[in-house]
Amino acid sequence: MAKITLEQIAHSYLRSPDTDDDWALKQLDLTWSDGGAYALLGPSGCGKTTLLNVISGLLRPSRGRVLFDDRDVTHIPSDRREIAQVFQFPVVYDTMSVFDNLAFPLRNRGVGEDRVRPRVIEIARMLDLEDMLYRRAAGLTADGKQKISLGRGLVRSDVNVIMFDEPLTVIDPHLKWELRSKLRELHQEVGATMIYVTHDQTEALTFADQVVVMHEGRVVQTGTPIELFEKPSHTFVGHFIGSPGMNMLPCDIRDGMPWFLDNPIEIASAVRGHQEASRLEIGVRPEFVRFGSTGVPVEIVKMADVGRYRVVDARHRGHSIKMVMPEDLDIPPENARVVFDPSKTQVYGDGWILT
Amino acid sequence: MIEKTVNQKAWFLVAPVVAVVAFNALIPLMTVVNYSVQETFGNNVFFWEGVKWFEEILHSPRFHDALLRQMLFTGIILLIEVPLGVAVALTMPRRGPWVSVCLVLMALPLLIPWNVVGAMWNIFALPDIGLLGKMINGMGIDYNFTQQPVAAWFTTILMDVWHWTSLVVLLAYAGLCSIPEAYYQAARIDGASAWAVFRYIQLPKMKRVLTIAILLRFMDSFMIYTEPFVLTGGGPGNATTFLSIDLVKIALGQFDLGPAAAMSLIYFLIILLLSWIFYTLMMRNEAQ
Amino acid sequence: MAIELRNVTKRVGGETHIYPTDLALEQGCFNVLLGTTLSGKTTLLRLMAGLEKPSTGEVWFKGQNVTGVAVQKRNVAMVYQQFINYPNFNVYDNIASPLRVNRTAAKEIDARVRKVAELLQIAPMLQRMPAELSGGQQQRTALARALVKDAELVLLDEPLANLDYKLREEFREELPKLFLDSGATVVYATTEPAEALLLGGYTATLHQGRVTQFGPTAHIYRHPLDLISAQVFSDPPINHARIRKQGGSFYYSDSVHWDVGGYRSLADGDYVIGFRPHHIGLTPVGGTTVKVIGSVVVTEISGSESVIHARVNEDTWVSLSPGIHPLKRGDEVQLHVQVDKCFYFDAEHRLIPRQDI
Repeated sequence: MAKITLEQIAHSYLRSPDTDDDWALKQLDLTWSDGGAYALLGPSGCGKTTLLNVISGLLRPSRGRVLFDDRDVTHIPSDRREIAQVFQFPVVYDTMSVFDNLAFPLRNRGVGEDRVRPRVIEIARMLDLEDMLYRRAAGLTADGKQKISLGRGLVRSDVNVIMFDEPLTVIDPHLKWELRSKLRELHQEVGATMIYVTHDQTEALTFADQVVVMHEGRVVQTGTPIELFEKPSHTFVGHFIGSPGMNMLPCDIRDGMPWFLDNPIEIASAVRGHQEASRLEIGVRPEFVRFGSTGVPVEIVKMADVGRYRVVDARHRGHSIKMVMPEDLDIPPENARVVFDPSKTQVYGDGWILT
Repeated sequence: MIEKTVNQKAWFLVAPVVAVVAFNALIPLMTVVNYSVQETFGNNVFFWEGVKWFEEILHSPRFHDALLRQMLFTGIILLIEVPLGVAVALTMPRRGPWVSVCLVLMALPLLIPWNVVGAMWNIFALPDIGLLGKMINGMGIDYNFTQQPVAAWFTTILMDVWHWTSLVVLLAYAGLCSIPEAYYQAARIDGASAWAVFRYIQLPKMKRVLTIAILLRFMDSFMIYTEPFVLTGGGPGNATTFLSIDLVKIALGQFDLGPAAAMSLIYFLIILLLSWIFYTLMMRNEAQ
Repeated sequence: MAIELRNVTKRVGGETHIYPTDLALEQGCFNVLLGTTLSGKTTLLRLMAGLEKPSTGEVWFKGQNVTGVAVQKRNVAMVYQQFINYPNFNVYDNIASPLRVNRTAAKEIDARVRKVAELLQIAPMLQRMPAELSGGQQQRTALARALVKDAELVLLDEPLANLDYKLREEFREELPKLFLDSGATVVYATTEPAEALLLGGYTATLHQGRVTQFGPTAHIYRHPLDLISAQVFSDPPINHARIRKQGGSFYYSDSVHWDVGGYRSLADGDYVIGFRPHHIGLTPVGGTTVKVIGSVVVTEISGSESVIHARVNEDTWVSLSPGIHPLKRGDEVQLHVQVDKCFYFDAEHRLIPRQDI
């Protein structure tokens, strides 16, 4: 296991990039500590797979250095970086049995058969694959194959990091829960550094202790799931995490207080640096909006029953304010007003947080 | 899985093909069956002979020799062409500007008419004026394919390898290209050697196309006629008289229509049987 | 009724893909087929489309028996999980293709293509080729092709499965509106319960080739007919446990029991309860709750909730609790089950209606 440091990494697939858009990864610095569970979250094309390939050594970055602990591995190929990777589509060696699949990385490294067997059986037990050790891997279901891919990483004791590239893409929803909690459980059991790449916020937030959110080749925020949820540092994070995403309302600052059209909005902390921003917005999550006797008058346009909660679409002078309401809470029939939780309401200037 | 609905109109579209197949496969085949059980002395006079010709052919040493020669030839060229084709396919680039160059180069021998190939190699290998023949003799090896059976075999096999390895290369290459990049990456991460990658990823994924390649090469080489006929004419002696050459000798050279028809039917059944056995074995393996 | 399956079955080889099914969908409604992979969703769609002929039974469309009528002769549109467009046509020609087959006048084609492209926000990409589009735009093109046809029956087979999370959210809002405005009857197959709820309309739950329940989406979410339907319609999976009724109480174990409440007249014996993960939490909420002690298997924390997997006696349950609870494996937790929100099932796993309401 090792600490992973990315120093001023940037990458372009073009030979001579000139504009900003030519860079798939714009400059970034990241440090991932030993034994952590990390997620790399972002929409397709945000650069997360490029970053993953830089770490695994399948891609050499145009600029910057990759360090495992204090060792510079930037120019070391992936097979000598001692990493493991689980891909989007399951990769198993079809002609081998489950046992041989799991033993493969050990045998390749010349580990003796007397040590291979107990290790493979131990890993199979962790992954609930014991019953099918002697079946051919080709006949397994998608989730079984993904477990094998994962097992091939776990079986080695010298692995620096295990990486997951959208590993649940081909798994049925009801099995996703199982496999995901299994991953989480394994992380706690073996304590390996794990990096999980996904576009699915639920997978990222539930898996990781630290989530790195990427947008257009940049890291826009690194934080715990709670920080990302309660205090997004960029409007993109507010929009991308949470379902529905954060409400963004235009505002201006009068005497240090944000105003949404003609409504003063109370917030817990002071706004700084708003003079330089050309566009100011108030951000509040649907979970932190509730009905009140004072506040912004709204008209209720739509209400969606999502089972365990309801999503209310309220409008104030054409601006949509979404609210998430518990299953059995009543909704005022008319003259509804909404208030925002002051400690969970932020002001953004040109997309970046000002509070 | 997309299946189409039943639409009876489709039969009209198939009708021309059915007619063509009937005309150029079924009718000639039935004619052969007809000949194989009769004796003729010309003038369209036929006598019923039953299975006499079949018995005669099956017991004739001449047929046995030709069959043995044929099997040896097919075995040798399969043993050379399949591994060689796979090896060449493995060295071909999988992307970039060189892909099309390689593909065109590989396809070239396949585009040359068979009799031209035979004539080409005939001249190429002549000991006195041919480049190949002259070279081999220059190296101090006595080589004359028109007189030495071994040299004749060597030349015929070399010619077939030159002509047909490309087919195996192209098929194997297509199989290799269909392997997702993730497999190679996973193997690199697992620390697999180049041999292990070949044995556990490339070979299993190429199995289907290789089955097809082997079948095609088997059937084609078993029926080989034009090239050795032009190159050696079946000689020296009967050294390179393969089944089809022998068949033509009987049918046209001696005008023994009955035995020739019986022989071609036996010939046809052997190919059918061997192909079927091979294919079934490969597919059964697949199912397990 | 727009489309009706009457006692339809489908067998392929020796295998039964669809057991006898009756299903009647109303004109102009949005319908969801919810079930796992291989539960028969796609087969049902294909039977409705006429891409497959039922082994027995009849398919009726608008009062006419259309069993065995070829798909070309029906006004049906279908969109698949894979983004299927003609790769050598640009977006415009892709959208226009179903109209060209019908020999529509060029002027009308142009008007309709542009209108649909506008609706689906792909008007600026009309001249591009499918390969130059993002996944979302490719699927928009495929949807536009379905919409431009003015089909009476639109079948969508997991159309969002290959799209990014946030894009799915956008589409889910747009889709029902788009198709319902066109007056079409829509059937939408999905594996995700949350998607069914967001789409609304009617839902049929499918399990191993059978429709287990059909009705208004929110209604069948709250009133499952049996344990299977409840399981199909629950993500995270619904928790269940064996209980015993004896006298005035239900017993989960000797120490965990509660008053029978509305089930007083039920015979004594064994039953099964099912409860959703948000009806079991770390703090007691409203109604009647009972307390159980469990041991944490794993905790997953999202931004605002914790998903706690815990072992209680022989069962493993999932709790979805508001707030952040960083519990570790093996920690002992008190969990509160809202027993008045539980579903009670008999020995055959059929729902027992409450008798006091």
